[in-house]
Amino acid sequence: MFDGIQRRVVSLWFPRLASDRVLRQHLRNGPFALTLKQQNVNRIYCLNGEATQLGLHQGMSYADARAFCPNLQSAPADPTKDQHFLHILRRWATRYCPWVGVEGADGLVLDVTGSTHLLGGERAMIVDMRRRLSRAGLSVQIGLGNTRGAAWALAHYGEGIAPSSDDMLSALGSLPVAALRLDEKTSVALQRLGLRKICDLAAAPRAPLTRRFGPSLLLRLDQALGTQPEEITPLKDPPRYGVRITFPEPIGLLTDVIAGTERLLIQLCRKLKTQEKGARMLCITLRRVDQDQQQVELRLARPLRDPTRILPLFERGLAEVDAGFGIDQLRLEATQVAPLPVRQISHMSDRGTDKLDDLISRLGTRVGLDNIQRFLPADSHIPERSFLIAPASYSEPKSGWANAKPRPLCLFLPEPIAGTGPQPPSRFRWRRMSLTTGRATGPERIAPEWWLDDENWCSGLRDYWRVETTQGRRLWLFYTPQNPGWFVQGEFA
Amino acid sequence: MHSSDLQFFPPPNARTHEVCGPGAFAFSFALAARLGGKILWVREAWTTAQLDPNGVADFIDPAAVTLCNAKNQTEVLAVAEEALRSGAVPLVVMTLSQPIGLTEGRRLQLAARDGKSTGVAVIPDGMGSNAAETRWRCTPLYDANATFQDSTLQKWELIKNKSGTLGVWHVRWHTTSRRLIMVPPAGK
Repeated sequence: MFDGIQRRVVSLWFPRLASDRVLRQHLRNGPFALTLKQQNVNRIYCLNGEATQLGLHQGMSYADARAFCPNLQSAPADPTKDQHFLHILRRWATRYCPWVGVEGADGLVLDVTGSTHLLGGERAMIVDMRRRLSRAGLSVQIGLGNTRGAAWALAHYGEGIAPSSDDMLSALGSLPVAALRLDEKTSVALQRLGLRKICDLAAAPRAPLTRRFGPSLLLRLDQALGTQPEEITPLKDPPRYGVRITFPEPIGLLTDVIAGTERLLIQLCRKLKTQEKGARMLCITLRRVDQDQQQVELRLARPLRDPTRILPLFERGLAEVDAGFGIDQLRLEATQVAPLPVRQISHMSDRGTDKLDDLISRLGTRVGLDNIQRFLPADSHIPERSFLIAPASYSEPKSGWANAKPRPLCLFLPEPIAGTGPQPPSRFRWRRMSLTTGRATGPERIAPEWWLDDENWCSGLRDYWRVETTQGRRLWLFYTPQNPGWFVQGEFA
Repeated sequence: MHSSDLQFFPPPNARTHEVCGPGAFAFSFALAARLGGKILWVREAWTTAQLDPNGVADFIDPAAVTLCNAKNQTEVLAVAEEALRSGAVPLVVMTLSQPIGLTEGRRLQLAARDGKSTGVAVIPDGMGSNAAETRWRCTPLYDANATFQDSTLQKWELIKNKSGTLGVWHVRWHTTSRRLIMVPPAGK
């Protein structure tokens, strides 16, 4: 497999990862358990050491555990956060070697081939790992072997370091067969056959075993002993869009800060370009010499990666920063990115929207990006619901406005007027004006949408009339026949 | 008569104008249609009267309307000034509820001149500022001879003009051809 150099793999197993993570945040004394609701029963998900010593075990129902141990403290489990925490540990483990993968839900696997001497040998490295992890409040079991399978077996069943020789069997032989990463059923069946240890299994004839258990059992054995290769897949770090600049002398002038920001933006935009991404939200952190930090946030109306367009948008925020005794570090991060593929520049591309997007971004720094809106068509006959108002930066302009019937230019909440009967009143008062009906067009009946519960429409059907008053104004009146009354809802242009 | 032939409309570009009266919204959208369609509508967030895009569609494509809700009148003016200066939209309309001073009005004029875009302030009656280039009062009129498809007959009075004479015109918006038509005064 490898010429000249023996492959060495470390397996880290965190038997109490979930509870250690919670206890790291809130330290509690005494027995502690995390519970997870499975099939409508609260079951124990993870225990700390004291609770295990009291005889509780994983998977038992929480009610039973409380009966055994009345002073048991508990908290709900959060497997997603545990996974996230494991990935943080994976990133930490790259301090020992670059080749780190995740093993199941609670373990890491490190290919430390050729990197142990940097930490003073294998034994010193293991001691260092254990020391750092226990200081972080994590319980860990570590195994080191020539193969991934051997390291896993040692981590889970008998911690230790297998000698760096080709013969893995001598190190693993005394471990139970379950150490070969077998499922429960297979390992129980093997024990019934009298094959309790790995050395028993290795000595047994292979053909009958394959016939009885399928090829996976011997594959696991071969992987542990190193006759079958098994790779470790290192996870890729997600791309990080952060750049910083540190100054030899503190700066305080706005022009200097802007010049610094420009340098950072050019770097950041180059990074974004290689990933075909555009920044949606940017955050610049200005560190002052007295260690105080100030942040300027910028939300953009469109994903952008053009430094010359982003920089002017920052100016307003940077002008408000108090430089104090000077700023000695700038850090620029794209906190939110969106895909922005490279596009062909052509004569068809509209220049006008670029300018409008920049304007929206700039106004967004003043009034908030959500307060800049546009109309979108909606499928409804109800006048108030025939359109949507959406933030302009998170929607595309849509056409498709079909108005078969004339609609007013301005809508307001229905304002009651005096009137009786289904015909529009010939004289009425509205907003302290005395109006006379000159011509009335209608009715246009609009029924409420019964599938939506709208309290404005609880008065039932509406008959809309377009009323031209002799005073000049054209109003949109409606009559509610089921609940007699007249209202004004809009005004025509 | 076509809107391109009208001498009084559109009012001078790169300036801020004021409109009052019940027909002010119609004036603003007619101007938007004349200036190319794109419009930024700045208003205070508490305003309950809502533009209906289905009604706007008689003048311009509602997709070209960008709304901006500002916290108070100072914000409205600040947003309008910034938008006018950037020149990204040909027309910026701001709805004002209080009279503005000479300083604010002048700043809007300078911003409009820098950005080469037109500003329109929709003001309550009688609250104009001295810095405005022109001031219009738009009132709808009742026309007994009109059919119901006809849009409202309007009387547009130019009540202040810094660089010309005042005047009164009777106009009507033609929906299908999207242009302004001047009509002789009713009853004459």
